Formats: sequence, C-alpha cells, structure tokens
Amino acid sequence: MSFGRARFITGFLFAPILLYAVYVLYPYAQTAYYSVTDFSGFSPDFAYVGFGNYVELFEDEVFLKALGHNVVVLTVFPVVTILLALFFAFMLNVGGRGDKAGVRGVRGSSVYKFIFFFPQVLSIAIVAVIWRRVFQSNDGGLINSLLMAMGLVEKDKPLMFLAEGESVFPPITIGNFTFEAPVVLVCLILIAIWGGVGFYLVLFSAAMQSIPKDIFEAATLDGATRVQTFFRVTLPLLREHVSVAWVYLGIAALDFYALVVGMTPGPGGGGPNDASQVMSSYMMSNAFRPSRFDSFAFACAMGVSIAILTLLLAAVQLRVTRSRDKLEF
Amino acid sequence: MSHLATTEAPATPAPPAAPSKATGQAKPPSDEGRVFNVFSHGFLFLWGALVTIPLLWAVIQSFKTDTEIINDPLGLPEQWLWGAFGRAWTKGHIGEFFINTIVVLIGGVTLTMLLGSMAAYVLARYPFRGNRAVYWMFIAGLTMPIYLGILPLYLTVEKVAKALGLVEVIGLNTHLGLILVYVAYSLPFTIFFLHAFFRTLPSSIAEAASVDGAGHVRLFFQVMMPMAKPGLIGIGIFNVIGQWNQFILPTVIMKDEDKRLLTQGLLELATNARYETDFARLFAGMTIAMLPILAVYLVFHRQVQAGLTGATLK
Repeated sequence: MSFGRARFITGFLFAPILLYAVYVLYPYAQTAYYSVTDFSGFSPDFAYVGFGNYVELFEDEVFLKALGHNVVVLTVFPVVTILLALFFAFMLNVGGRGDKAGVRGVRGSSVYKFIFFFPQVLSIAIVAVIWRRVFQSNDGGLINSLLMAMGLVEKDKPLMFLAEGESVFPPITIGNFTFEAPVVLVCLILIAIWGGVGFYLVLFSAAMQSIPKDIFEAATLDGATRVQTFFRVTLPLLREHVSVAWVYLGIAALDFYALVVGMTPGPGGGGPNDASQVMSSYMMSNAFRPSRFDSFAFACAMGVSIAILTLLLAAVQLRVTRSRDKLEF
Repeated sequence: MSHLATTEAPATPAPPAAPSKATGQAKPPSDEGRVFNVFSHGFLFLWGALVTIPLLWAVIQSFKTDTEIINDPLGLPEQWLWGAFGRAWTKGHIGEFFINTIVVLIGGVTLTMLLGSMAAYVLARYPFRGNRAVYWMFIAGLTMPIYLGILPLYLTVEKVAKALGLVEVIGLNTHLGLILVYVAYSLPFTIFFLHAFFRTLPSSIAEAASVDGAGHVRLFFQVMMPMAKPGLIGIGIFNVIGQWNQFILPTVIMKDEDKRLLTQGLLELATNARYETDFARLFAGMTIAMLPILAVYLVFHRQVQAGLTGATLK
C-alpha cells in the first residue's frame, strides 16, 4: 500500500514538475546567470563580468526614460482605475429601488457588468486594431473625424495622439531621472483604463454584495443617507479588495509591454523617439535588435531588474494597505 | 443581480423596532432613490457607450469599402459587403492563424487541466515529505513576471528539443513545443486554484471508495475529478481565455510565418497597416478573432467574471 502510494505521488507529480522546472524555473535561473556575463545570445564564448551590466543599466539614458514612464503609469493608472471602478460600483449599488443601500443594484446591473467587463477578455491584437484606428492622426480616425465634424479640430491640423511625443506637462528632472507624460503614453494609459475598469468594478461590486444586509439596515435605521452609508460603511469594508486591486494594477503598470508593442510606432514599439518606451519593451527590443555585442546579457539584467522592482512594489503595497485588524463576517 | 432583488423584495419586511423612524423617513429616501437612479444610470450609460462604440465602430468598418473607410469614417456602409471576411480568412492568413490557435489551445488547455489537477490533487490530499516545498515552488512562479524568463526560454526550447532529438516535434515553430510552454506557464495558477478546491472536498467519500478497493488512480479519475467539476470548469475557462489571448510566448517561439497564432498574426497585420491597402480585411480579421471569445463570454460570462475576479482574491 505504502509503496503504491509513493509510486502514485511520484507518478502524478513527475510530469508537472518536469515541465515547470525545464520551461519556467530553468529560464529564470538562466536570465539571472546571463545578466552577470557578456553573453551575446549567439556566441558560446562569454565571460563573467560581475554587476557591470546593472551599473550600465542605471546609466543608460533610454532605460532611465523607460523607468520614468513606468513610474508615471504607476502613479496614474491604478488610482484612476480604482476610483472609476469604485464610482461605478457605487452607482450600480446605491441607485435602484428600496432603502437598503448597497444591497440591491440598479435595474439592469448585470447588463452593465456584462458590457463593462467585456474589454477584459479581448486580446491585445483586437485592442490594437480598434484603438489604432480610434486614435489615428488624420481625418480617418474616429476621434479626429468626430471632432472635425463638430468643428473643434481643423481638417489640416489633426490631433496626433500616438505620434505625439511631447509631454502633457513640463518635464520634471530629479537627478538622473526625468519625469514626463508624453501624449502617446497618456493615450496608452487611457486604453488600459478602458480595459481595466470593468474588471475591478465586478470585483468591488461582488464585495459590496457580500457585506451582510443587517449592517446596511442598521445604518439606515440610524438615519444615514445612501452617500453616508457608502463612505462610512461600504468603503471601509472594501479595504482588503482595494488593496488587492492596487497590487494587481501596480504589477500591470510595471508591465505595459503588450500595449506599447501593439499601439506605438517604431520597430518593436516605443516610439516616437522612445516617448512610449517602458522597461519591458526596451528589454525585448534590445534583446532582439542588438545595439551592442553583449545585448542579450544586458537585456537579461533588465529582466532581473523588472522582476525585483515588481516584487518590491508588491511587497510595499501589501505592507502599506493591509489592515491590521481584519473584519470577518 | 436584478432578478434577485425582485424576488427578495417581499421577503424583507421593515424592521418592526423602528416604525416611527421609518415613516418619518419614508419620503426623503424615495426621492433620494429616484435622483440617484437617474444619476447613476446616466454615468453607467456613458461608460457603456465608451466601451461599446469603439468596438461596434471597428466591426462596422469590415463591411465597408476602403474608400468609405478613408473618406467617410463615421458613416454606415452604403452596401453591407461580406467580401472582406473571405479575404481576411484566405489572403490575410487569418484562417491559418485561427487553426494554429485552435490546435494549440485544445492541446494546451487539456494538458494544463490534466497535469494541473493531478499535481494539485496530490499536493492537496497526500501529505508527504517535501509536499510544502513542491507547493511553494509552484506558487513562487505566480509572483514572477514573465520577462524574467522570456529571453532564455527561446534558447531552452531549442536546446531541449535538440538534446532529445525531437526538433521537429517539440522544437521552435512546432505546435507541441508551444503547447508544452503554455502548460508550464499555466501550471502555477492552475495548481494554486485547484489546490484550494481539492482541499474543500469532503474526505468521507474518498475514504469510502478506498475501502471499496479503489486504487489511488481510480479514486482520482472516477471519484475526485467528477466532484471537482465546478472548480475545473472555472479554471478551465480561465485557461481558455488566457491561452487564446496569449501573445508574448508565441512571439518568442513561433517565428515561422505559417506557424503564427491569431493574436500574433493579427497584430502583425495591424502594425503593417501603413503598407496595407485593404483596410476592410484588417477589420474583418479582427471581427473573426473576436467572435469565439465573444461566444465564450456570452455563454459563460457569470463564470468568467466570478472566476477571474474570485481568483484575484485567493
């Protein structure tokens, strides 16, 4: 029996562990290893160079620019997405019949959820085909042609959107870093918000529905209005969910690769003039379009840096937002 | 949720303890309710329009002529033409991409579910030395961004296939090669989710079956798998959507023109649209690529919403 049990356990775990070790863990380890060498990606002769790649990385103008863009995305995208999702969840839940705010929904709330959530299941290719055309920088684009029809934009001076590298605010320089928000990056953030709000709306809305009704009844009995109930009762009880959402959106903000590759000009995306370059897009285009002899190793150092930054961010966010006293119901 | 509200309405009588307060407040809340109703529907409708208009607009472009697309972007087609769909399928290679994607998806999801549930089951219900270590090894994969492994992955797939003498089978540009990579990257999440699920299943049935002489393997396939069906469906849909939309892995592994997957191929069409003269074809290709996912979403939207958001909180 015990022999059969051991054989069973080994038999069931063998293939999953093998696949995972070969295709996931081994490449991770290789990235870390190559990042301290001068490996070109092709030549089998390469040498250990220590942490030189990392030092150069934080002197690399484009990488710092890309990092700055990620920071801009990180400060704007999660906050706006969470606020909009909370706002719509509030609208879905406080509107509607009855006086027990927060428990019912407005009429047709599942239809709204169905529509809002849909962009979440679309692939980057579909999003790219649609939004490239929406933001197109001539009279064939949706927004430009709409504005021209309304007379707000002149036909020979269309809005440039994805082709515009100018920052929407004057660049702020702190030491090596320059923070700026090029128009093209703002467009990408808008698309990301468009895709993400529905997901977090559903998340928050489900959380609101799971709050026991007697809490709302008690609040109503005490004479609280819907708005008061939302801010004093519902929102504090959603703390945990907002915290999780923030971590996920933070991770997504440090990524952004698919949007940059799918939407922006230049080989491998990132244009115009690196105005929409983020860390991951710079890493990928650097590895495949060598600009230096050890570009593969250099890109690996970027991969490790992205991983470390992502883990640090998640850890910090969890520490900041996790409430000490957890409420169970 | 709205149908729930109507059935529940009569079942919640006003609390008897506060009749005076309730009557005193009867008017303000109902007014407040109406104002909020108009207000919230207004905002919700606006966002609904922002989500749907770009989608519908893009779909409509596939029925237009190129002249209409360029000169009259806002208008409806004078004649609803279906030709672009055929051109996208054949000349745009969407058909090939589509079939490649289906092959990889069927293999990928089936194998992910099989191996994932096997591992999750053993880890959830068989204590042994090293159980926790194996579990955490898989969970660690959840926290790592894909960029950490993506560059050497290409070399790994090549090397492993060469070492085994299977370059044509699991090497670069092969369906099976990509399937194995998909499975490997889907395992952490699948195991994490199903592990929690297998833990909640009652052990009494398993014990009864084992007393009746069922072996471990039979117990798993004939008793535990059927009991875990809701969890398997949820994570199965999750994997279908994830692998259907996957884009970074195929870009690295499927370089050959005729081996491309849908997301990859369509994105290529979109990025090269500047040199393209057939715009309707591009939009038709997009519409074709959207249909399967729309169908899955129409049927399973509740499970998709609950599964994706629920998974976030685990």
